[in-house]
Amino acid sequence: MPINILMPALSPTMEKGNLAKWLKKEGDTVKSGDIIAEIETDKATMEYEAVDEGTIARILVPAGTADVAVNAPIAVLAVEGEVVTAVADAAVKPSSKPAGEAKPAAAPAAAGQGAALAPAPVPSPSAPPAAAAPRSNGDGRQFASPLARRLAKEAGIDVGRIEGSGPHGRVVARDVEAAQQGKGLRPAGAAAASAGKAAPAPSAAPMPALAPSDEAVKALYPEGSYDFVPHDQMRRIIAQRLVVAKQTIPHFYLTVTCTIDGLLAAREAVNAAAPKDKDGKPAWKLSVNDFVIKALAMGLKTVPDANVTWTEAGMLKHKAADVAVAVAIPGGLITPVVRNADAKSLSAISAEMKDFATRARARRLKPEEYQGGATAVSNLGMYGIEEFAAVINPPHATILAVGTAAQVPVVQNGKIEIATQMKITLSTDHRAVDGALGAEFLGAVKRFIENPVMMVV
Amino acid sequence: MSDTSFDVIIIGSGPGGYVTAIRSAQLGFKTAIVEKSHLGGICLNWGCIPTKALLRSAEIYHYLQHADVYGLKADNVTFDPAAVVKRSRGVSKRLADGVGFLMKKNKVSVIWGAATLEGQGKITVAAAKTEAPKGTLGPGSYQAKHIIVATGARPRVLPGLEPDGKLVWTYFEAMVPEKMPKSLLVVGSGAIGIEFASFYRTMGADVTVVEVLPQILPVEDAEIAAFARKQLEKQGLKIFTGAKVTKLDKQADSVTATIDDGKGGTQTLTVDRVISAVGVVGNVENLGLEKLGVKTDRGCIVIDGLGKTNVPGLYAIGDVAGPPMLAHKAEHEGVVCIEAIKGLHPHPLDKAKIPGCTYCTPQIASVGLTEAKAKEQGLDIRVGKFPFAGNGKAIALGEDQGLIKVIFDKKTGQLLGAHMVGAEVTELIQGYVVAMTLETTEDELMHTVFPHPTLSEMMKEAVLDAYGRVLNM
Repeated sequence: MPINILMPALSPTMEKGNLAKWLKKEGDTVKSGDIIAEIETDKATMEYEAVDEGTIARILVPAGTADVAVNAPIAVLAVEGEVVTAVADAAVKPSSKPAGEAKPAAAPAAAGQGAALAPAPVPSPSAPPAAAAPRSNGDGRQFASPLARRLAKEAGIDVGRIEGSGPHGRVVARDVEAAQQGKGLRPAGAAAASAGKAAPAPSAAPMPALAPSDEAVKALYPEGSYDFVPHDQMRRIIAQRLVVAKQTIPHFYLTVTCTIDGLLAAREAVNAAAPKDKDGKPAWKLSVNDFVIKALAMGLKTVPDANVTWTEAGMLKHKAADVAVAVAIPGGLITPVVRNADAKSLSAISAEMKDFATRARARRLKPEEYQGGATAVSNLGMYGIEEFAAVINPPHATILAVGTAAQVPVVQNGKIEIATQMKITLSTDHRAVDGALGAEFLGAVKRFIENPVMMVV
Repeated sequence: MSDTSFDVIIIGSGPGGYVTAIRSAQLGFKTAIVEKSHLGGICLNWGCIPTKALLRSAEIYHYLQHADVYGLKADNVTFDPAAVVKRSRGVSKRLADGVGFLMKKNKVSVIWGAATLEGQGKITVAAAKTEAPKGTLGPGSYQAKHIIVATGARPRVLPGLEPDGKLVWTYFEAMVPEKMPKSLLVVGSGAIGIEFASFYRTMGADVTVVEVLPQILPVEDAEIAAFARKQLEKQGLKIFTGAKVTKLDKQADSVTATIDDGKGGTQTLTVDRVISAVGVVGNVENLGLEKLGVKTDRGCIVIDGLGKTNVPGLYAIGDVAGPPMLAHKAEHEGVVCIEAIKGLHPHPLDKAKIPGCTYCTPQIASVGLTEAKAKEQGLDIRVGKFPFAGNGKAIALGEDQGLIKVIFDKKTGQLLGAHMVGAEVTELIQGYVVAMTLETTEDELMHTVFPHPTLSEMMKEAVLDAYGRVLNM
């Protein structure tokens, strides 16, 4: 019996994903544990490991297909003794096999869901699932030429957003080319909203109603005076979530100055004491930010009322002190979460952050690694930024913006002394954390930063 | 006076002009068309249509000569050149009369004479050398808001190869031979040259073709042209490519041509007649274009995608507006032009999707990019081929020599070009043209059901071959 390979759920909440790349082609043999495909969600790309053994008889969903429903068959595996071509032909017919039986490979959560969800029927290879079903604009079907659909898919543009110039508004190849230049492209609307589902943000995330239309904005600049770069998924998500944040979260900001000579001395001492391996590489090299992460987590533990998340019905009072850290990556940013950062050693935090940063740049973080947390750190000190106020990343209640460290003259005991200082600004969700509570929390964080030895006890 | 003032005047009643006139009338314009020699232009009278009539006679003659192949007997098969020509002229006459009928039916006024542009929106028509048909308007001044030049093209004349109408022919004379030449030299191997070469060879003449470029049918895919050449040579055609006729010495009833074979050698050849088929040039002269400052380029009027010239209210379509000089291109260009004038916002003609057909034996048909052109453009391509020898219908017809070739963009699956040589391919090509226009990819073509048994099945097989899935090979 041939086996349907199903779209895996990479996280319990995942409903759809993009099939980024096939690492096996039709006719390739697959062993259990082989990486067969790369699946992409809004922020991560994950490798899909085969569970079963056999020969890929047919690939049902081509690489580059966006929004493939979880548990939709994406390929058919001929098992030992089966004729590959026969299986491939049979694959053209809609599968009647229940999804649960076909062993979705990745997350265990998928098995549970799989039983409930009937597999999406696979029409035929001529109409790649999902990709061939462009979103309509309210009146049902979107007419587009096959070539236009393919070009749009490659360009990463939802064909439903393209204004068709063919007969009866049919989208043809030249319209896709124009759309890539930003001409005749409707606002993302429904497309972006559904893409945003992976994020635990409020589900309805409309773009601001008063924003001028794309055409109106472009009319302000002479044609040819700019290059038009269509948004990728990450850019959309960032825009959407930060609009939600700024529109729905009542922010207020608290700034304090930390004197970090103690922290710097401790850092130097700890780094100098790091044992070296045989290549002379130290076991750890702590950064100032590693200290800040730990200080923020310990601040949450010290002021547990600030370790919260606002929901309409009630407050989530978190038990663990999880700190998200903004990592800039090409084309955007991502916020992996250091769990239980209060309980981890600085060297453990440091190592975790290095791993996160490397995998974030390769877009290889798993959703559970960048979801959750109650607060976040955004550090622009390395760019010389003195101080700034960050936008809260929902569902967090706060975010700490860290400025640069600089030597400044300070008056101490009636004398002018030189101290190294750093400004930190806490953006706070007033629904969840009031002014006094925020001040108490930030004060705690400042104490840990200024007296890092307190983080040892 | 109402009879001299129109919304639209079209100069030239070839396939571009008369079709534009009909569409113009359909769109509600008061329309007139100017013609100085024959309704239907070259296409109907001296080009596409009468040559097809001649070639049909040749084809049937060929079949009769080879009747035994089909188990039939036909002895003493001969032909009457005058009757063959008469039939061809009859076909032309019938169609030209048909154009007259269509003009009447659509209430398009026909102005008989030679038009000259006098200024914006104004033309003068001088008396023509030909007799005016009944019901046409005569010489005089006419006005129109929109004037469309559709004057077509005429044979190109090369120095030293000037046609004289007696020994050195153009297609005009080649169309109406008084007697069949025993030997013939055809200069130029485009569609016109090859069609006449094929016709006269089938009718028994010794035919030599000289082409200056390295391949015959220079616009066609190299592989298809090479295939056709082999077939033509098998029929006894002598072909020189990369060669040039450097001199013509005329005798009383023959011509001795000096041919530079391009490899450093020279040979002389004495033939009864020479056909000069070295291309056509736009009819831009004596129209008053200079007076209005109309931009031209290499003998053609410069237009935008919708037929507009640089002079407001003046348009051009068809051969006179530039290559490819094909009747169907002219027709479509004319329709686009008049619809744009009406404000219907048509899309400009996509020149990449204009098919071309040559009616020699075997026939040639193509659309889109050749393999060489696609590579030249740096495209990553997939090529599929299928021979007639693998097709049941072709074998049943006794026509197992031919080839269909398709070219796809590897990345997008776009059908970039299709090229065919063999029986009836001129009637097949349209399937691919529709596919290209609808922007189908290989997927839809592979999932289209082609009827069995037909030659068209080869079109699908060629597509399958491009993706390594060919069945009957």
